[in-house]
Amino acid sequence: MEKIKSLVDLKKIRDEKITGLQAREKGESSENLVLVKVAMATCGIASGAKDTMEFMIEELEKRGVDALVTRTGCMGYCYAEPTIEVTLPDSEPVVFGGVNPAKADEIIEKYIKGGELVNGIIPVNYETIESKE
Amino acid sequence: MSKYSMHLLVCGGTGCKSRQSDLIAQRLTKELSKQGLEETVQVIMTGCFGFCEKGPIVKVMPDNTFYTQVKPEDAEEIVEEHVIKGRKVKHLLYTEPETRLHKKQIRIALRNCGMIDPEAIDEYIARDGYQALGEVLTNQIPEETIELMKASGLRGRGGAGFPTGLKWDLARKNEADQKYVVCNADEGDPGAFMDRSILEGDPHSVLEAMAIVGRCIGADMGYIYIRAEYPLAIERLKIAISQARAYGLLGKDIMGTGFNFDIDLKYGAGAFVCGEETALIHSMEGERGEPTLKPPFPAESGYLGKPTNVNNVETLANVPVIILKGAAWFSSIGTKTSKGTKVFALAGKINNVGLIEVPMGTTLREVIFEIGGGIRNGKKFKAVQTGGPSGGCLTEKHLDTPIDYENLVANGSMMGSGGMIIMDEDDCMVSIAKYYLDFTVEESCGKCAPCRIGNKRLHELLERICEGKGEESDLVRLRNLGEVIKDTSLCGLGQSSPNPVLSTMDNFLDEYLAHVVDKKCPSGVCTGLLEYFIIEENCTGCTACARACPVGAISGERKEPHLINPDTCIKCGACLEKCKFDAVILI
Repeated sequence: MEKIKSLVDLKKIRDEKITGLQAREKGESSENLVLVKVAMATCGIASGAKDTMEFMIEELEKRGVDALVTRTGCMGYCYAEPTIEVTLPDSEPVVFGGVNPAKADEIIEKYIKGGELVNGIIPVNYETIESKE
Repeated sequence: MSKYSMHLLVCGGTGCKSRQSDLIAQRLTKELSKQGLEETVQVIMTGCFGFCEKGPIVKVMPDNTFYTQVKPEDAEEIVEEHVIKGRKVKHLLYTEPETRLHKKQIRIALRNCGMIDPEAIDEYIARDGYQALGEVLTNQIPEETIELMKASGLRGRGGAGFPTGLKWDLARKNEADQKYVVCNADEGDPGAFMDRSILEGDPHSVLEAMAIVGRCIGADMGYIYIRAEYPLAIERLKIAISQARAYGLLGKDIMGTGFNFDIDLKYGAGAFVCGEETALIHSMEGERGEPTLKPPFPAESGYLGKPTNVNNVETLANVPVIILKGAAWFSSIGTKTSKGTKVFALAGKINNVGLIEVPMGTTLREVIFEIGGGIRNGKKFKAVQTGGPSGGCLTEKHLDTPIDYENLVANGSMMGSGGMIIMDEDDCMVSIAKYYLDFTVEESCGKCAPCRIGNKRLHELLERICEGKGEESDLVRLRNLGEVIKDTSLCGLGQSSPNPVLSTMDNFLDEYLAHVVDKKCPSGVCTGLLEYFIIEENCTGCTACARACPVGAISGERKEPHLINPDTCIKCGACLEKCKFDAVILI
């Protein structure tokens, strides 16, 4: 890893990463890349998030879905762990709660493959630092 | 790709469900299939919208129409008018500005939690990570940064709410050859887990902030004091530190500015008192985790006798955002004396157990009944304990009080680290006070007598009361002893330990009186005060209870009503379990 030698350097790296992430999110790096984030804080893992993550990685590959499954931190919905966020190409992210492997299977088949929503969506109920002016 | 062109999202949160949102979904589905629309419009049950006050909620996608207080009989109209004719159903439409809907929570400290991969520094950088550090190192002198922090109004999120900028200023002004930055990650309040979540979800934000503190006070070394029982947080911190070092964002000559700063971890054994900064520093030095009198404050003489600045995790997580977005932006959020947001961990008898971040000044009612989705199983709200074992309980009459540092203290509690334990009508407040005292007695370091002996005595008094052996004079003793412990203890732990007792006595004196005068526990929790009783009309004389009773306290002829002798009864509850006729009750 090359050292960051100045603020200008850092900004350059940030912009590269943003472009990379956006390309990924917009599906430019691949036609139909699906992004899946699994909440993997202690509480999520204790509720079975590891199984959910493994299931997602294995099954998405088996079922031929071009997807990137990553881990993330606590989303704050302890009452609905394990939680995952799915971003389909050109769509807003959708958070699902209570995602055990059976639910994950339903999400892959209906939402990821068919764009059809399934029960258990957790609506966004907060503002971000970007939206708060 | 989807065959559906429209979705009707029906809130399936517990609050809305208790108001028949299930039935609304059913009737919507039925009406859609009646109109032959089941192939084009889909009904979906969602989780809580955090807007239970106006539930049940139906949201129509993709046009984002928000219907509130929907009743099952409105289903036909929604399908008929909105779905078929494309006209909004006016009387169900949410009329207030749309923004109010999402305004309940703002994620500043939690901005990256659940958004980025905590083990990938690039994702943090892509979300403006380390920009604030770059800004501070390149374009600001430390005094400017400190002024900015002062102007933002940020106060410590770990308990007492000391102004962060002022704290840095004090540490800066103390001249020394070596200074230290310490992050207090010894989250000890039962029910509080925001610091763990931040460290696990966004470790770099804490590292970045520590380097900023280092620059401001003139320190080149930082330590994170973290409890060893947070293994995942520790692992992610280690990964984050090594990634930051690899990029040169920690180490020598950071971003070519000549500023050196590195961070290491120090593990705590999970003692509550080590959250107190002097005890924490002693524990870091390898000494017993015991507090010492202040002054000297750590800003003068802290770790290894050098000026040390201690900030809590959540406080630090706010720092980079304040630097990038400005003091005015931050101080526009919150109340007059408490700026920004606070993360709360909701636990106990609440529907949406979880981690939330709300602007200071949000009311308890909004937190508990809207974001939190209300009380479980439709029970009645009784109290909420804030500030953990050092805080106090707040009741129905406090629900509309805006939450900030001053208001909580004025009402006999405190902010603490932000745990909120919600209690319902089934909770006995005397037992709750006893529970917190259990904790304090266990966690007292034993250095000073008021805390070591006083709390033990306080606990004994509470035990007596819960066992039904209390006297009215015990209540006076409780109060006097509590006040003395508060006034005479050495550190924050002892000075605040009687709070749960005193605040429950202030708010629920009737429950204490019921325990000592009537010898009854109104909530039916203190088994010592309960009596098992057989209702004559229900008893068939089947003898099941008498056979189950281990002490032979139940007498009666076969097929005749039985009787429990309260003097022999040991209140084990075996009779209640065995009775098939609901004849045994607990009063």
